[in-house]
Amino acid sequence: MVGITSYGAYIPLLRINRKLISSATGWLGSASALPGEKAVANYDEDSLTMAVAAAVDCLRGIEREKVDELYLATTTSPYRERLGAGIVSTALDLRADIRAADFSNSIKAGTTALLAALDTVKAGSAKNVIVCASDCRVGKAGSSQEQSCGDGAAALLVGEGNVIATIEGSYSLSYDFVDYWRTETDKYDRAWEDRWIRDVGYSKIIPEVITGLLKKYKLNIKDFARVVYPSLYPREHAAMGKKLGAEPNQIQEQLFTTVGDTGTAYPLLMLAAALEEAKPGDKILVASYGNGSDALFLQVTPEIDKVRANKRGVKKHLASKKDLTNYEKYATFRDVLTVDIGRRGEDMGPTQLSTLWRERRMVLGGCGSRCKRCGTPHYPRQIVCANPACEAVNEMEPYRFSDKKGQIFTYTGDSLAPSFSPPAVYGIVTFEGGGRYNFDLTDCDLESLKVGMPVEMTFRRKYRDMVRGIHGYFWKATPPRA
Amino acid sequence: MADGIRDKVAIIGMGCTTFGEHFDRSVEELIVEACMEAIQDAGIEKKDIGAAWSGTCYEETSIGKASITLSVALKLPFIGTTRVENWCATGTEALRGASYAVAAGAYDICLACGVEKLKDTGYGGLPQNETQWGTVRRLVDSNQTAPGMFAMLATRYFARYGIAPAEGKRMLAMISAKSHHNGALNPKAHLKREVTVEQIVNAPIVAWPLGLFDCCGVSDGSAAAIVCRADMAKKFRPDPIYIKSLQISASSGVEMLYDDDWTHVESTTHAAAAAYKEAGIKNPREEISMAEVHDCFSITEAVTMEDLRFSSRGKVKQDIESGFFELKGGLPVQPDGGLKSFGHPVGASGLRMVYEMYKQLQGKAGPRQIRNPKFGLTHNLGGVPSVNVASISIVGL
Repeated sequence: MVGITSYGAYIPLLRINRKLISSATGWLGSASALPGEKAVANYDEDSLTMAVAAAVDCLRGIEREKVDELYLATTTSPYRERLGAGIVSTALDLRADIRAADFSNSIKAGTTALLAALDTVKAGSAKNVIVCASDCRVGKAGSSQEQSCGDGAAALLVGEGNVIATIEGSYSLSYDFVDYWRTETDKYDRAWEDRWIRDVGYSKIIPEVITGLLKKYKLNIKDFARVVYPSLYPREHAAMGKKLGAEPNQIQEQLFTTVGDTGTAYPLLMLAAALEEAKPGDKILVASYGNGSDALFLQVTPEIDKVRANKRGVKKHLASKKDLTNYEKYATFRDVLTVDIGRRGEDMGPTQLSTLWRERRMVLGGCGSRCKRCGTPHYPRQIVCANPACEAVNEMEPYRFSDKKGQIFTYTGDSLAPSFSPPAVYGIVTFEGGGRYNFDLTDCDLESLKVGMPVEMTFRRKYRDMVRGIHGYFWKATPPRA
Repeated sequence: MADGIRDKVAIIGMGCTTFGEHFDRSVEELIVEACMEAIQDAGIEKKDIGAAWSGTCYEETSIGKASITLSVALKLPFIGTTRVENWCATGTEALRGASYAVAAGAYDICLACGVEKLKDTGYGGLPQNETQWGTVRRLVDSNQTAPGMFAMLATRYFARYGIAPAEGKRMLAMISAKSHHNGALNPKAHLKREVTVEQIVNAPIVAWPLGLFDCCGVSDGSAAAIVCRADMAKKFRPDPIYIKSLQISASSGVEMLYDDDWTHVESTTHAAAAAYKEAGIKNPREEISMAEVHDCFSITEAVTMEDLRFSSRGKVKQDIESGFFELKGGLPVQPDGGLKSFGHPVGASGLRMVYEMYKQLQGKAGPRQIRNPKFGLTHNLGGVPSVNVASISIVGL
């Protein structure tokens, strides 16, 4: 039996009310106001860091060594050439002898990656494949996408044993329907006429794929406890379900007014939300959208009840939020607005890629070393043990700190350090089980911090060296979300 | 058995430029002014110098690598010249090199010069940390600056001793107010004005809980010393000053990695123990007449008072409040105004501190003169509270 064995979700802490966006750029008159709020990646987050966060949620309680392949679906990888899945798998400290691949260039890529994972496991090429879908699409100021696109990620583990939802079948459509596009040099999407996308694309292709799946497996829409498909147009989303013959309670809540259109992650994030509520025996239908569509037919097993406790999932992430109270901060974090962080911020040393390669487990993987003789953990990795009673030389083994809980030992908020979200907040973190280092703190205000308060680690972008084209990543400490 | 350099080396001449924003003066002009003052003060000629040490930390913004800038600026006659760098201990390290060479019997007379030009970076504060910690650390370290790293010492100190932030800030403000008072009496200081405790506690925050006046200035400057064999010192002047001790302690890394409490600086305690032993000091609180310590930030001075055993652990507040470290107190600290008033041209600071001790011991400190000083102590701390280099010198009659 092959199917989904675990799920994870990530929705960034920050939200912006769409009214704030329309009050800033609505005067242009190029987009109509949309309802609700959307999730916004912090200044130090991007599609890769969110993919890692969703994968961490998915893999909680599961041995990382068991993952055989990692697929990353995103249309917003910070690199055109450098494997995003490679950065994510290194951050997750997965084995090196795995297959990692990026699925890109369409917001449908999340479900396509999931189907590829399914086929891989079915074919016996791998036992456990993790699929991460993450997007951080930025709409041009004043555009409709500026309001609709939200940031978020989902992760699903596909395997053979302890399946929580079997994938019973699928049906795909591929069309060169050019609604949104971005060339190699574009920062923002371009779009054809909105009405045409809605009436000829979105509200035709999704019903077509769902009808196709139902016909292929001789099913009726009423057979499904949940029908999951993304919302590009909130009103059309509901109308489409009605046309398909689904009752309102069958249609999965669209997350549009809380998170927004998260691209490749969207159908999988909604699926994660559906799994949170699902009962054994439930059938779930999932359809994506983007240059065609993939539809999947899942059936929930009794195993579902065993995995929920480990998850932060969609609900807890939705509940844990902080409002951005000005548009300019949003625009700065998404690099829509170029701001001055001072001359000091321009003094950036080069990143030695050979050094990064040598220390990849320490930097991206968040691993230090543990003394094999006395058990003392160290970050950064040491050659000589720091325990004065031991001082063993060259007796270290890798030790992962990124999944350890910690406490703030001391901290500050630094207004001199160059930051896109001043003051730069950082502190010394002591880890349960030993070890201590000085980390940036994120997703928290200086005023909320206290000596001794609990923190966990989160993978973030540390710096962006646009002169040399380097996105530097590392782990930061953050108060636990839930 | 080695027994250190106590009373083997004498300082016979010193020089010090004004410290400040010398946008109109080159590093060479600063070096020449400090060194020529020292040479003339010693009553020697350039040709008498056997070897020279040049201390600069941020060579990128100052002299570049090697010792050439010193030798070329002064036109030293092809003598052995060495550049040293050991963070904020750099100036003391230059003096240590010169003194060790004399104590070893390699030379009769040596020159130590420290210089730094910080005001050519184009922004406030020390140069950005980016390249200071090597190529790996910048990939993992927090987005830190010096005020932030030392602010964490204050956060921890307050938490450990149950000091409310407002109370703690007031304690720290008294340290800065005292130094500003002394600096206002010093024509060579950068910031020559009195500042009240109220002004200090209400100043903008630089790195919480440290405000603007908890931080030392950033400036350009140079200081220099001429040292010679102790047995020949009186040939040059009737009042030479003798080096009682010069000690350095570098972090083992254990502080950050293993078990430090972050309410003191471990290396300072080691440097102090070694220095007191070398100088024959048993009770520093009673025997040390005055001190210039590394007050890069007010909290650094506070914990240094405890690390040097001037105050008991956790009790510095009482000594601050009783005025023990004021110019007329039991153990005046920062009589010249400290880094607080001078700013901190890193390579020069250690020698600038010794310059004040030298002048005080000779009775030439003008309105800042301390009555009958016997031993003067200087202290530098380079790096951050958990990983650093501490240096201590003790000089006396």
